[in-house]
Amino acid sequence: MGGYIVKRLISAIPVLFGITVIVFLIMSLIPGDPATAILGSYATPENVAKLNRDLGLDRSLAERYFIWLFNMVQGDFGRSYSLNRPVIDEVLERFNATLILAGTSFVICSVLGILAGVVSAARQYGWADKAITFTVLIGISVPSFFLGMMMILLFAVNLRWLPVSGMYAIYGGGDLWDLLRHLVMPALALSAVATGVIARLARSAMLEVLRQDYIRTARAKGVPERRVIMGHALRAAMVSIIPVLGIQAGFVLSGSVYIEIVFQWPGAGRMLVEAILTRDLLLVQGGVVFIAACYVFFNILVDVAQSLLDPRIKT
Amino acid sequence: MTAFLKLLFRNQLAALGAVVLGIIIVAVLLTPVLPLQDPNVTATADRFLKPLAEGHLLGTDHLGRDMLSRLLHGTLLSLGVGVAAALLAALIGSAIGIVAGYVGGRTDNFVMRGVDMLMAFPYILLALAIVAALGPGLMNALIAVAAVNIPFFARNIRGVTVSLAGREFIDAARLSGMSHTRIVLTELLPNVLPVIIIAMSTTIGWMILETAGLSFLGLGSQPPQADLGSMLGEARSALITYPHVSVIPGVMIFLIVMSVNLLGDGLRDALDPRLRSGALSRPRATTLVDRQGEVPEATDDLLAIQELQTQFHVGPRIYRAVGGVSLAVKPGECLGLIGESGSGKSVTALSVMGLVSSPPGVITGGAVRFQGKDLIGARYEALRRMRGDRVAYIFQDPLSTLHPLYRVGDQLAEAIRSHHKVGKDEARKRAVQLFNDVRIPNAQNRIDNYPHEMSGGMRQRVGIAMALANDPDVIIADEPTTALDVTVQAQILSLLNDLRRDRGLAIVFITHDFGVVAQLCDRIAVMYAGRIVEEGPTNAVLERPAHPYTKRLIACVPELGGGRRELAAIRGLPPVVDDLPPGCAFAPRCDKAQPDCKKGEIPLDGAGTRAVRCLYPEADLTRDEEATA
Ligand code: SF4
Repeated sequence: MGGYIVKRLISAIPVLFGITVIVFLIMSLIPGDPATAILGSYATPENVAKLNRDLGLDRSLAERYFIWLFNMVQGDFGRSYSLNRPVIDEVLERFNATLILAGTSFVICSVLGILAGVVSAARQYGWADKAITFTVLIGISVPSFFLGMMMILLFAVNLRWLPVSGMYAIYGGGDLWDLLRHLVMPALALSAVATGVIARLARSAMLEVLRQDYIRTARAKGVPERRVIMGHALRAAMVSIIPVLGIQAGFVLSGSVYIEIVFQWPGAGRMLVEAILTRDLLLVQGGVVFIAACYVFFNILVDVAQSLLDPRIKT
Repeated sequence: MTAFLKLLFRNQLAALGAVVLGIIIVAVLLTPVLPLQDPNVTATADRFLKPLAEGHLLGTDHLGRDMLSRLLHGTLLSLGVGVAAALLAALIGSAIGIVAGYVGGRTDNFVMRGVDMLMAFPYILLALAIVAALGPGLMNALIAVAAVNIPFFARNIRGVTVSLAGREFIDAARLSGMSHTRIVLTELLPNVLPVIIIAMSTTIGWMILETAGLSFLGLGSQPPQADLGSMLGEARSALITYPHVSVIPGVMIFLIVMSVNLLGDGLRDALDPRLRSGALSRPRATTLVDRQGEVPEATDDLLAIQELQTQFHVGPRIYRAVGGVSLAVKPGECLGLIGESGSGKSVTALSVMGLVSSPPGVITGGAVRFQGKDLIGARYEALRRMRGDRVAYIFQDPLSTLHPLYRVGDQLAEAIRSHHKVGKDEARKRAVQLFNDVRIPNAQNRIDNYPHEMSGGMRQRVGIAMALANDPDVIIADEPTTALDVTVQAQILSLLNDLRRDRGLAIVFITHDFGVVAQLCDRIAVMYAGRIVEEGPTNAVLERPAHPYTKRLIACVPELGGGRRELAAIRGLPPVVDDLPPGCAFAPRCDKAQPDCKKGEIPLDGAGTRAVRCLYPEADLTRDEEATA
């Protein structure tokens, strides 16, 4: 098992490398002179020259890439112009908030989605199946930002159950309970689409598995039906559900951009949007590379989970 | 095409999606000619009018602009941008995929590596990076959304192209001297096109949603131009005071995405042949029972199948898989049930414990009695308690009948623990003991294997051990040796024979192999087209078969015990059991068939222990009876 993890970690190196190349190439797409684009047309020539030097724009593309990569490997992601602090500090701080939000959403969508899919499959064509299928259809079609806004209207404004926005109350609060109260709506809104996608897949994976011969064997042994479904069938279905969990984690992680805007959540997604609007390109660059790298490592975890579940995978 | 559309719209949800989308598109197309106000004319006096206000059907926004007009213009923009992004992504992605798949080799490798890298990004993140570089704007948002969807198309289309590129018609085109460009355009593209269209139908909803999302963030369309996303984004600041300004564009995005999704789902279902046959139905925990007619009286047999009828209901068609079969076994007795595949022998066996998949299976008549108690229509829990405990099954092909993800020892222990309250350690000990009983060497270690780590013969022994776990009274073995080679088969047969002697077990042994039957069974019953056609003591039937079908079956086996052998040597095919002709079902393949064979029901007639369902039997059973008497 340890060997397998090492193997997967090594295979992640070229992917991480590729990610930096892609981000770098995208960023070099900037039309015109980036320094002017960042500083605006009122910039003095000295400032432009200084920024060009800071960004390394007086060098060749390849040279610039390797300098950037080299610095990044040492933990230096450059300095944010709009915030005047190291990019990595800002990214780490904001990513922490995103992780709380996206992590919670991921747990919600996994548990709820799989559960809904299993119930749906076990009660195929029953009322529970129809109700779930209908809810899932709505869930995957409603834009998360719109859902978030409607939740604010209902639960925060009309019912006054939950705070409208933010991560902590401005006065008082700051404890776990306060965080949870603020987390409920954004986490639910963010998980809606992913829950629907996972529920759909879990349903069809379960239906596929339930037709297999080994399910008939379990029944022929006299295994109680509840265990047939929740044990034998679900375990086999997880083999096709887990990779989709990995993909959905990516959707939840990046989809948090919208939710962070709607709920004023101080996360990395909102940071990116603000950075784009203020043309703080180093912050965008660093943030994107960092989040993408985290996702690569998360996917290694997914693969490891898969290999633990399925002994047929050669580790 | 019309058949396809019919299929598509039989799916009511897809039809609903088409209608909703159709209405939206018509409304949008009519926008230029409708008497609408200018979407960009502001009127500060009329800010935030509620819907149904004078002159403003849907009210006005924060600048007093007419919401209806803005909504329709915004919808046009959103749809247009979404479709454009989808077309762009499909065009570029498919081009990359086709080239990579057609050229192959290093190019393919290089391109697909790049695609993998792009797919390693969380989806929206990459779009954000592109917008960051190009700057906010609707056009740039379109490019960004299209770009992040290119890898999806490239990968899918490449897969299809690779499988096509190896086919003969491509080789033929190449040999005939066609240029590569022509081959790609005239031979490959037409075959790949349907896949591209399906991929588009599944992604276009996403792309509409994502462009709206970027606009919502202020990174897409810039004022005064507004698509649905930026309408929603601008309205957000007044969400609490004037919710209608947010709700209207939000609902519109929802309706568009939902109808596109419904239509896309319908499209996929219509193209997926598995869903057409309804094969994706989950089998229930027990077979459906819809019993008509009299329930036969109890007998004193251990297990008695009486006048059993099991059917498959597939759409309007009814397959009579088992058409009134009666069989019985006593303790310590082995009954062989013989027939070609499709004769209904397995369905008969599975009906005993309600294990026939339903849908589509339905038990429509007769009884199955265990120690006199009728099991057909018994409550689920009553049936479950007997399954594996009193009546156990051994199935064919243990690779697919053992759970691939559980250790074999755990599967065995589970069989015990489903019926007896024993601890984990105790169950494990019993599992090792059972492994020894079925002569699995090195049982202590083997117990921790997964099925894929064992040989076919060992797996089959696991299946037998599992059937023996609770010391059942009856074992129903469904072709347990078919997949094995001759030596292993012989070992397993002698194992079963020993167990029968030692434990007084009754066995129903299902097979198509007379050689196997001769080694093990006291009596045999021959099935054809869902009915028993001959029955009697093994030796008597083998020596003097009475039914022409049995005789031919035996003739196919040159040497008894010769191992696996298909019954293919009989001319013709067994009949499909949804439309049996009157009279003898074997008549079309029978050399002795007479006109009256095809008229009316032929009874299973006999004397003493033997019986045959034939008007002109090969042997006189009454004489047979006198000889043994
Ligand atoms: S009843 Fe007639 S057709 Fe049928 S097996 Fe006997 S002889 Fe042949």
